[in-house]
Amino acid sequence: MLLIACPHCGPRAESEFHCGGEAHIERPKDPASLSDAEWAEFVFLRDNIKGLVFERWNHAHGCRRWFNAARDSVTYEILAIYPMGSPPPALDPRRYV
Amino acid sequence: MVNEGLPAPPDRGPDNRSARGIASRMMPRYSVFSLLRNAFSHHANWQQAWQSVEPKPRYDVVIVGGGGHGLATAYYLAKLHGIKSIAVVERGWLGGGNTGRNTTIVRSNYLWDQSAALYEHALKLWEGLSQDLNYNVMFSQRGVLNLAHNQHDLRETWRRVSANRLNGVDSEFLNAQQVKEMVPVIDLRAGGRYPVLGASLQRRGGTARHDAVAWGYARAANALGVDIIQECPVNGFRIEDGRIKGVETAKGYIEAGKVGLVTAGHSSVMANMAGFRLPLQSVPLQALVSEPVKPVIDTVVMSGAVHAYISQSDKGELVIGAGVDGYIGYGQRGSMQVTEETLGAICELFPLFRRMRMLRQWGGIVDVCPDASPILGKTPVQNLYLNCGWGTGGFKATPGSGWVFAHTIAKDAPHELNAAFSLDRFRTGFLIDEHGAAAVAH
Repeated sequence: MLLIACPHCGPRAESEFHCGGEAHIERPKDPASLSDAEWAEFVFLRDNIKGLVFERWNHAHGCRRWFNAARDSVTYEILAIYPMGSPPPALDPRRYV
Repeated sequence: MVNEGLPAPPDRGPDNRSARGIASRMMPRYSVFSLLRNAFSHHANWQQAWQSVEPKPRYDVVIVGGGGHGLATAYYLAKLHGIKSIAVVERGWLGGGNTGRNTTIVRSNYLWDQSAALYEHALKLWEGLSQDLNYNVMFSQRGVLNLAHNQHDLRETWRRVSANRLNGVDSEFLNAQQVKEMVPVIDLRAGGRYPVLGASLQRRGGTARHDAVAWGYARAANALGVDIIQECPVNGFRIEDGRIKGVETAKGYIEAGKVGLVTAGHSSVMANMAGFRLPLQSVPLQALVSEPVKPVIDTVVMSGAVHAYISQSDKGELVIGAGVDGYIGYGQRGSMQVTEETLGAICELFPLFRRMRMLRQWGGIVDVCPDASPILGKTPVQNLYLNCGWGTGGFKATPGSGWVFAHTIAKDAPHELNAAFSLDRFRTGFLIDEHGAAAVAH
């Protein structure tokens, strides 16, 4: 089980949190002009990276606030925690094959 | 074709390599007579089931991924489509990924027409697989029960049973008492919170020995001239003018006419190398086995509502399937609370098992699609084909998956059974939503 440092409540067990999936997917600014392929890209396609991933997390059984986390999807190390709306931190991409 | 008396050919070497051009390798047939004959020589002269070789510079078809689905694809390409030059490249060892990590359950009682057709085709192939491969995959049609715990479950179960029957898939409804008669150790009250009110039963469903499926397909494919290359990770692809030219591997560059990707949890990694993205999330799915005990459950019991699956292996171990982690992960372990949740459900359903000890726990990386249905078909790159997205339920489909994927590669077009399972469905919106509909929670 992961120990996740909620920026508001401090380190808590993984079971208190809910992962909201890949971060930094921008909602289309002009939805009416999007093609089907662009909608598929926004709704369904994901990077699903083996290595450094940026994710949204919610402290569902705590303060219920959202934050972003940078995590290694192989070692599960949490490398950075940063607020919603901030750009992703510059980290080693850690790509595994 | 019988040559059991001869010493096994060398694993690698120039003689072996030059002989690989012939379409069919000498492969002894397994039978009661070969068993008796080998008994007289103290079983010291069994030939290797398949030869592991170094790659040739070029193949007509390269299959990336030596699990059940990849090996089945190679087998049907060689057997049904007459393709002579095929290689299967595997990063580790055959069947070392999800093929050897699942809970071995086979069934075809899916809700939607497209899924029912695909999984039922697979089930029909399962029924003749041991004979077809001349390899005992220990397919045991011991029946699969899917429990219903509340009024909604009951209605959904009736709906699915009816849908299955309309699609020619055997399916019947059991009330609680009939469930108890079939599985005497079950506690119908299940702790009071999730009582067992009924179940669907597919009598033709059951289990198979998962390792034997990989080994059987490998042996049969190898006998038809397929090269099996292990410990050979793929590091990249050569693509020119939107067409695949070959694969870069740890054992050098292999030129290929066509390439099939059958890499389950690593499909996104492969697709990213080839320059496109997939609608997949890779997560660890867990399973456990208990210490071996005397026969206690002679069928398969699954519950989507409390998320626990259980059957008993021929060795006597209880084989228990758990859920997936709530976030992307490529570590083949899984989170502790998922294990706890499943074992909690097992203990409520089967209070008898409360004091049993678990021997092993592991995870396999499954690639889950947004609609919990697989992707089987063409990709944005010409002559590069994709078989992925089986998520938490790929093992049962192994023969059917290989069969339709071989057709797709050979004809450069999907078979009617897998036409609906294209990557393009995420653009068109024609999803096959088996989330919750397929008798289990994914």
